Amino acid sequence: MTTTTTPSPSTPTDLQDERLRADTGVGGAIRAGIDRIRGGDLGFLPVIAGLAIIWTIFQILNPYFLSSGNLTNLLMESAPVGVIALGIVFVLLIGEIDLSVGSVSGLAAAIMAINFIDNRWPLPLAIAAAVGIAVVIGFAYGFIYNRIGVPSFVITLAGLLGFLGLQLFVLGPKGTINLPFDSPLVYFGQLAFVPQWLAYALAVLAAAALLVGGMLRARVRRNAGLSAPALSLILIRAGLLAVLLAFAVWYLYQARGVGWMVVFFVALVLLANYALTRTSWGRSLFAVGGNREAARRSGIRITAVYTSAFIACTTLAAVGGLLAAGRLASAAQSSGGGDVNLNAIAAAVIGGTSLFGGRGSAFAALLGILVIQSISSGLTLLNLDSSIRYMVTGAVVLIAVALDAVARRSRSSHGRA
Amino acid sequence: MNASPATDTAAAPDGAHPNIHTVLSMRGISKSFGAVAALTDIDLDVSSSEVVAIVGDNGAGKSTLVKVLSGVHAPDSGTIDFGGERVTLPTPMAALERGIATVFQDLALCDNLDVVQNLFLGRERGPFRLDEVGMEVRAWELLRQLSAKIPSVRIPIASLSGGQRQTVAIARSLLGDPKLIILDEPTAALGVAQTAEVLNLVERLRERGHGVILISHNMEDVKAVADRVVVLRLGRNNGEFRVGDVSTEEIISAITGATDNAVTRRRSRGDAASQTPDAITTEEAAR
Ligand SMILES: Nc1ncnc2c1ncn2[C@@H]1O[C@H](COP(=O)(O)OP(=O)(O)OP(=O)(O)O)[C@@H](O)[C@H]1O
Ligand SMILES: [Mg+2]
Repeated sequence: MTTTTTPSPSTPTDLQDERLRADTGVGGAIRAGIDRIRGGDLGFLPVIAGLAIIWTIFQILNPYFLSSGNLTNLLMESAPVGVIALGIVFVLLIGEIDLSVGSVSGLAAAIMAINFIDNRWPLPLAIAAAVGIAVVIGFAYGFIYNRIGVPSFVITLAGLLGFLGLQLFVLGPKGTINLPFDSPLVYFGQLAFVPQWLAYALAVLAAAALLVGGMLRARVRRNAGLSAPALSLILIRAGLLAVLLAFAVWYLYQARGVGWMVVFFVALVLLANYALTRTSWGRSLFAVGGNREAARRSGIRITAVYTSAFIACTTLAAVGGLLAAGRLASAAQSSGGGDVNLNAIAAAVIGGTSLFGGRGSAFAALLGILVIQSISSGLTLLNLDSSIRYMVTGAVVLIAVALDAVARRSRSSHGRA
Repeated sequence: MNASPATDTAAAPDGAHPNIHTVLSMRGISKSFGAVAALTDIDLDVSSSEVVAIVGDNGAGKSTLVKVLSGVHAPDSGTIDFGGERVTLPTPMAALERGIATVFQDLALCDNLDVVQNLFLGRERGPFRLDEVGMEVRAWELLRQLSAKIPSVRIPIASLSGGQRQTVAIARSLLGDPKLIILDEPTAALGVAQTAEVLNLVERLRERGHGVILISHNMEDVKAVADRVVVLRLGRNNGEFRVGDVSTEEIISAITGATDNAVTRRRSRGDAASQTPDAITTEEAAR
C-alpha cells in the first residue's frame, strides 16, 4: 500500500492529518469552542444567554426575583413540566411531535387519584396503573404511526382531545379529587427537601464524578493511541462545576433549599442523557431523525425506534402529571390543561432541540423549562396576568425557533449539517 | 500490500477450485414502480471469489437490482438463493444479517452523525455502554486501509467532501464479515489514489473468498477487476461476458443495444485524433 509521510508515532491517531490544527490545552479548547459557535453549532449558548438576560431584566424590575425563596419555588415549579418536556425531546429527536402530553399527564393524574382515593388502592399500585396506561398510549401511537402512516401531528392531536375527554370521564361529575396532605406523593411534591449536608454531598459527588469519569476516559483514549483532553482542562471543568453547585446549594439553602422532586427531575435528565448519548438506542433516535432511510438501510428497526420514542414521551408525560398532582395535592379537570402542553414543547425547543429532528439533548428540557418558569414567575411577581405571560412566552419560542433555523443555515454553509 | 492487476487465476469459477461455490443466484427477478418496469426477468449469479460487474446505461435498473438484493425493495416476482438456500429479503436488516453488505449509490449516510457513528450505525459495540474508543480506533484502521484522506472522524458527515463520504460508505460495508459485497458506483466521486485503493480492495475481497458485485460506468475499472460482466439494458439481461474474452466495444454495444451507436461513431472520430479508447465510458454513450 502507499506509504504516506508517517507522522511521528507520538502523535495520536486522530490528530495525524496535517490539515488539522492541534487544539490542545485550555486555549485550544476555547478556540475550538469559538469555532463551533461560528459554524452554527450553538449548543446551549443561546438558552444560557437567554436565561441570563431574563434573570437580569426581572431582577431589575423586582428585586425579589432572584431571592433564594423565589428560586427555590421556581425550581419546584419547573420539575413537573420539565419531566414532560424531557419526553418531548425524545419525539423531537426523531423528527416527530407529541401534542397530547398535557392530556396524557392529566389523564395519568386522574387515574392515579381515582384508584388511590376512591378505589383505595395502595399508592404504588395507583401510580403503576397510571404509568402503565401511558405506556399503552405511547405504544398505540407508535402502532398507528407505523402501520397506518398517519403523521404524528394528527395522531397526537386526536390524542389531545380524546384523552382530555377520558380524563373528564374518569374524574366524573365531581371534577376534582383531592389528595390527602399526608400522602407520600403530596409530601414529595411540596415538602420533601434534601437536607443541606446531603445537598453539598451531592454537589461534591457530581463534580467528583465529572473529574474521575473524565480522567478515566482520557486514560482509555490515550492507551488506545487517541487524543485526550488535558488533565488541566478536566480539572477546570470539574472545579467549575463544584464551585457552581456549591454556590447554588449555599444560596438556595438561605430558603428551603432543593426539593427531592427537583433532584428526581435532574436525575431523570442525566439518565436520559446517558440513554441518548451512550446507548445504541439513543444513537438510533438521532439516526432516524437525521436520515430515516439511511437508518433503515443500516439495519435499524425504525418502527421500533418510533414506538419506543412515543412510549418514552407518553411515559414521562404521565410521570410529570403525577408530580404535578402531588404539587397541587389534587387531580382536577384542569390538570394538564391550559399551557402545560405548549410549555413542555416550548421548553424542549427553547433548550435547543431542533424541530427538524436529529439534534438535541436531554439538557434542553432542563434549561428550557428554567426559561419558561422564569418568565412565568417574573411576570407573576410583577402582577401581570397570563395575557402578558402568553405573549412573552410566545415571543421567546419564536426567537428560539428562529435561532434554530438560522443556526441550521449557518451549519449547512459551514458543513456541519 | 501489492496490487497485482487482475491476471486472473480466480477468474474461472468453473468448479475446478474446490472452495468455489455459488453465493448468490437470482432467477426471474421483476420489479415495477407503477407503470415503469424497472426490472424484467433478471437472472444473476455470483460465486465466491468472484467479481461480477453490472453495467448498463442510466436508468437500466442497476441500482434497483441492488436495492432488491439489499432488502430495500421487495421484488414483484422471482427467486433469490443465497448461500445455498432460498431466501426472502423483506428488510435491509434481513439482508445485512445474511451477510449482504451494500454501498448505495446515494451512500445512505446520516448527515447529523459523525464518521464513527455512521460507520457503526446499527451495529454499535456495547449496546448499553457504547465502546466509543474501540469504535474510533477501528474506524481509523478501516479508513487507513482505504487510504482515506479524512482529517477527523469526529466531525459530522455533512462536513466531508463527496469522495470522503463515499470512502466512509465503503468502509462501512467492510465491517462485520459480509459474504457478498455490493458496490454501486463506488468510485464515482473518488480521486485517483482512492479509486486505485478501492480497486485493490475489490481484489483483496476476491482473494479472501468474498463475492463482489461492482456497478460502474468506467469500462477501464470493470475490465481491470471484474471476472464477469453482466449487461442490463432497459431492465432486462442483455448479455453476459467473461472479461478475458470480450472487448470494450462488445460490452458497449450490448449496453446501447446496437453496434452502430454514439460510442462507436465517436470512437472512430476519436481514433483519428488518437484518443485513448479506454477512457471512453458508458456515460458518454448516453449523450
Ligand atoms: N423509487 C423509485 N420509484 C419510481 N421509479 C423508480 C424508483 N427507483 C428507480 N426507478 C426507476 O427505475 C428505473 C431504473 O432505475 P435505476 O436507479 O435502477 O437505474 P440505474 O441503472 O441505477 O441508473 P444510473 O446509472 O443512473 O444509476 C428508472 O427508470 C427509474 O426511473
Ligand atoms: Mg444507479
